[in-house]
Amino acid sequence: MKKETEKIIEVHGVTKKFGDFTAVDDVSFDVKRGEIFAFLGPNGAGKTTTIKMLTTLLVPTSGEITIDGKDAAKDKNGARKSFGIVFQDPSLDDELTAMENLHFHAVLYKVPKKTRDKRIEQLLKLVELWDRRDSLVKEFSGGMKRRLEIARGLIHHPKILFLDEPTIGLDPQTRNYLWKYIEELNKSEGITIFLTTHYMEEADKVAQRIAIIDHGKIMTIGTSAELKKQTKTESLEDAFLALTGKQIREEEGSAKDRMRIHRQMWRR
Amino acid sequence: MSTIYILWLRQLKRYFRSRARIVGSLGQPLLFLLALGFGFGPIYAKAGGGNFIEFLAPGIIAMSILFTAVFTGIEIIWDKQFGFLKETLVAPISRVNIMLGRTLGGATVATLQGVIVAIISFFIGFRLEHPTSLLLALVVMFLIALIFTALGTAIASVLEDMQGFQLIMNFLVMPLFFLSGALFPLDNLPKAIITIARIDPLSYGIDALRGILIGQSHFGVMLDFMVLIGVLAILLAIGSYLFSQIEI
Ligand SMILES: Nc1ncnc2c1ncn2[C@@H]1O[C@H](COP(=O)(O)OP(=O)(O)OP(=O)(O)O)[C@@H](O)[C@H]1O
Ligand SMILES: [Mg+2]
Repeated sequence: MKKETEKIIEVHGVTKKFGDFTAVDDVSFDVKRGEIFAFLGPNGAGKTTTIKMLTTLLVPTSGEITIDGKDAAKDKNGARKSFGIVFQDPSLDDELTAMENLHFHAVLYKVPKKTRDKRIEQLLKLVELWDRRDSLVKEFSGGMKRRLEIARGLIHHPKILFLDEPTIGLDPQTRNYLWKYIEELNKSEGITIFLTTHYMEEADKVAQRIAIIDHGKIMTIGTSAELKKQTKTESLEDAFLALTGKQIREEEGSAKDRMRIHRQMWRR
Repeated sequence: MSTIYILWLRQLKRYFRSRARIVGSLGQPLLFLLALGFGFGPIYAKAGGGNFIEFLAPGIIAMSILFTAVFTGIEIIWDKQFGFLKETLVAPISRVNIMLGRTLGGATVATLQGVIVAIISFFIGFRLEHPTSLLLALVVMFLIALIFTALGTAIASVLEDMQGFQLIMNFLVMPLFFLSGALFPLDNLPKAIITIARIDPLSYGIDALRGILIGQSHFGVMLDFMVLIGVLAILLAIGSYLFSQIEI
């Protein structure tokens, strides 16, 4: 068997253009096996676009991506086997029950029958939705849907878990609880976590390394301490602002956040 | 195989859970059967055509299959917009299998809808020449359903949202139906109409149904089958290709 590479995600010179617009601009970085890695950046920075390329949903205009030793462009299914993902936007089937959504996922990922039911039960209990397992997802609140999506991303025991702003729309309790669980998972099972967030405290608290991205370019990569030192600032928030500059987009950001939460509530 | 099955199962569950949609989509075929069947019946009989309801029923059965099939195919756009498609597209399975599972599911739903319309038409007075051939008719109905679900899937793969839906209904689905010989016999028609009917795959589906159920066929059931299977193969290939190109 091939020795497992130390770097589980490798990205070389990746660019994504939508027409004339460059959403991700010549980005390179890697993520170590077992690491918690965060993408931090304002709205429209290119975080989601990067995650979509890493998860084979979008094809890069140029550049190379390797996921767990597999070329994401050539061996798509090989790459897909190694990760789970929680999307920024909703991705459940509202007309199915919680249980059916998870079951569907388990079949797609060929989780053996024997472990399937046990794992679904465990995960549903973990996100406190076991009692609601037979309710249709359309009857769920935004936060409940989010929890269900997180449970779903874990069913097949992925080596990498992509979390695109996983805590959006969650109350502080659930948010704390979720991060605790994710850190635990990272420690006990060695799952690599790749997350994006606007919340600097979150990145500061959970991530071992942080990449700050703006206008499709990575400004800098390092530990929270390194970033603060580099920008001679006290908090990660100040470091973030020192690097991305404009305070205005922060407000734009929270407005967009509110809209998104609003939208989720409407979709109930 | 299990992926195809679970995708098929999902379509069926969604169908049986939307009773309003099932009942709602029966209104139109029922209206056609009653208004046209009884409205034109006397003239048709006078012209020496025989029982018009018998002639019309296969056409209306095919119509309800056509509409349901295209619609379930196009539903992929909903999945795109409500996000569920992402979940299937990141899974480690081939896109061809996803497309096949969906198409089989959609086609099963459309066939069921056709069966319901067939049952209704029996109550209105549709009688079979050869009741034993019901099974073969079911095969034809499923073929029609597969063809138009695949067509819907292919279209949905290249559309971003439901905005184009009206366009497709009015300039593709309606012409497919009205120019197919669902409502009138294909014999002795003006050249232009018969030429169009000849390139409309639905014509062959309806012709096969009539051939099997009431023993009247314009093209011959053998040819009908060959055309249907050929068109299906082409549409499945195009649909799979377009589906595999989806980026979201
Ligand atoms: N399909 C698309 N077509 C055209 N432009 C796109 C498309 N997807 C994203 N973009 C653009 O690419 C840029 C980056 O978008 P992306 O969603 O990656 O940002 P993000 O960092 O995830 O932002 P947010 O914090 O708001 O989620 C934005 O300017 C967006 O408008
Ligand atoms: Mg985003």
